[in-house]
Amino acid sequence: MGYFYSSPRIKYTDVKSELNEQLLLRGLANNESKAIEAIYKDNFSIIQSFILNNNGSYDDASDIFQEAMIALYEKAQTDSFVLTSKINTYLYSICKRLWLKRLQQIGRYSNQVDSFEETIPIQEDLEMHEKRNAEFAIMERALNSLGEPCKSLLEGYYVKKMDMQALAKDFGYTNADNAKNQKYKCLMRLKKLFFAQYNIGE
Amino acid sequence: MEDILILQSIERYLAGTMLPAEREYFDQLRNTTPEIDQMVVEHSMFLHQMDIYSSTRNLKHSLQEIHAKLIERGEVNEGGELSTKGRIIQLYNKYKRVTAIAAAVGGAIALVTSGLLIYLSPVNNAPIQELKREFEVVKRNQQYQGAKLNEVDSKLPKDALVTGGGSGFLIDGKGYIITNAHVLKGSAYANVVNSNHDEFEASIVYRDEVKDLAVLKIVDKDFIALKSLPYGLRKGDVDLGEEVFTLGYPRNDITYNKGDLSAKTGFNGDSTRWQLEMNANPGNSGGPVLDKNGDIIGVLSTREKQAEGVAFAIKSKNITHLIDELKENDAIQNIKIPVHSSIKKMDRASQIKEIQDCVFLVKAFNKK
Repeated sequence: MGYFYSSPRIKYTDVKSELNEQLLLRGLANNESKAIEAIYKDNFSIIQSFILNNNGSYDDASDIFQEAMIALYEKAQTDSFVLTSKINTYLYSICKRLWLKRLQQIGRYSNQVDSFEETIPIQEDLEMHEKRNAEFAIMERALNSLGEPCKSLLEGYYVKKMDMQALAKDFGYTNADNAKNQKYKCLMRLKKLFFAQYNIGE
Repeated sequence: MEDILILQSIERYLAGTMLPAEREYFDQLRNTTPEIDQMVVEHSMFLHQMDIYSSTRNLKHSLQEIHAKLIERGEVNEGGELSTKGRIIQLYNKYKRVTAIAAAVGGAIALVTSGLLIYLSPVNNAPIQELKREFEVVKRNQQYQGAKLNEVDSKLPKDALVTGGGSGFLIDGKGYIITNAHVLKGSAYANVVNSNHDEFEASIVYRDEVKDLAVLKIVDKDFIALKSLPYGLRKGDVDLGEEVFTLGYPRNDITYNKGDLSAKTGFNGDSTRWQLEMNANPGNSGGPVLDKNGDIIGVLSTREKQAEGVAFAIKSKNITHLIDELKENDAIQNIKIPVHSSIKKMDRASQIKEIQDCVFLVKAFNKK
């Protein structure tokens, strides 16, 4: 067990496809679903067959691929963003690393990674991704331990980007100011919870 | 309560929604109060975290949605979970172009094929089949290469296109031949070949599609008129079970077939025909059907498709009627129908020897 089949990779050289990739990445950075879908469609199958060929399930495949998409998104959002490789090469490298790590975690993969060649240096990106993953988990945990209606109120405001008027109406506050007050109370609790975890993590 | 006010101010400050004067005051407050400054930094950091959190959450949500959508459309396959709908959509998307082209090509081919079939095949859905023969000059030439009659070239014109063939027999020694009209169907010309493979040019004198009879006249200078014919034309009735035989050209060689009269009417009670229990083949059309005395009782013309060995012959009295009509129309006056058989008491082999010189292969053709 534990062979990593290398996948066929195509080397594009034409400018057109490069421009196209730039557009896709910009779209991804702006959370445009069209761009996300295009990248997803073009790359998922090859990652899926890689995961399936290496002791993974269909669920593992979508988990790993989506995590790699998030990593790519994070990279695309950085100010100094330069993608030195093709999107497919990048995603493939990330997925390989993520999957290898997952296999090691569950003890299914104990062999040395001799055959595991790195196509591009992604160590830094992965570290950044893991840090953000951890932060994400802390925030999620903090939100979940807030309890209602704080959790939904804050999610409505910060995640769904609803305005206070609509939130007040949704939650049944008599006016937006009351809702705003409540939001701040909740926010202070959330901050406390978040920083308690965050500082331990650091 | 105060904390909330401070937090509100910090949020407004970080969001950049403060008025310039207010902002200036707040900046001063930050400078002079380290606690406030610390709170601003902390909150800024928190808001940044919140921002990342929300955008990542939104992205995760979109990824899930896209994944589900791609599965639905069949562009992503997760083994057994593949829905039929997705499969069909995927197949449709994948092959719609090909399908369209294939359908167009298929349609064109179908049209061409059916067109060709209609053009080339004899329209014959009837339960009875005409015993006309399809044959090719080339085939015949090949068959006779090196044979004893190779030196006799076909008298078909160079540009002849043979459309069909059958059999025929002399009704008058001067060269008048009776055959089926359907043998000549679609043809303007006809040549005849005797049992020795001698070919003679002939002209179509008359055809009666209703009776399915036609009269040819040998116009070839090589043809030697016969003073008399061995057979006669039987006028009276024929009894069931009478033994009958025919000579014809289902092949290029004259062929003998025998049988019995099995009914006095033809297919569906057609009173102009006899029904014969006889194996007849394409090419036998137009051949004479004779009784044991060597008298012609009819002209072999069709067979039943559904039943094996059932053939139909046009009754000989129709020949008489046809010739009478021709005489009335002043078309031909000098045809003399033979009445008496001169081969009555002979055995079959001897009868055939006499008769075969009077039975011809009819080749119908058109000029290109």
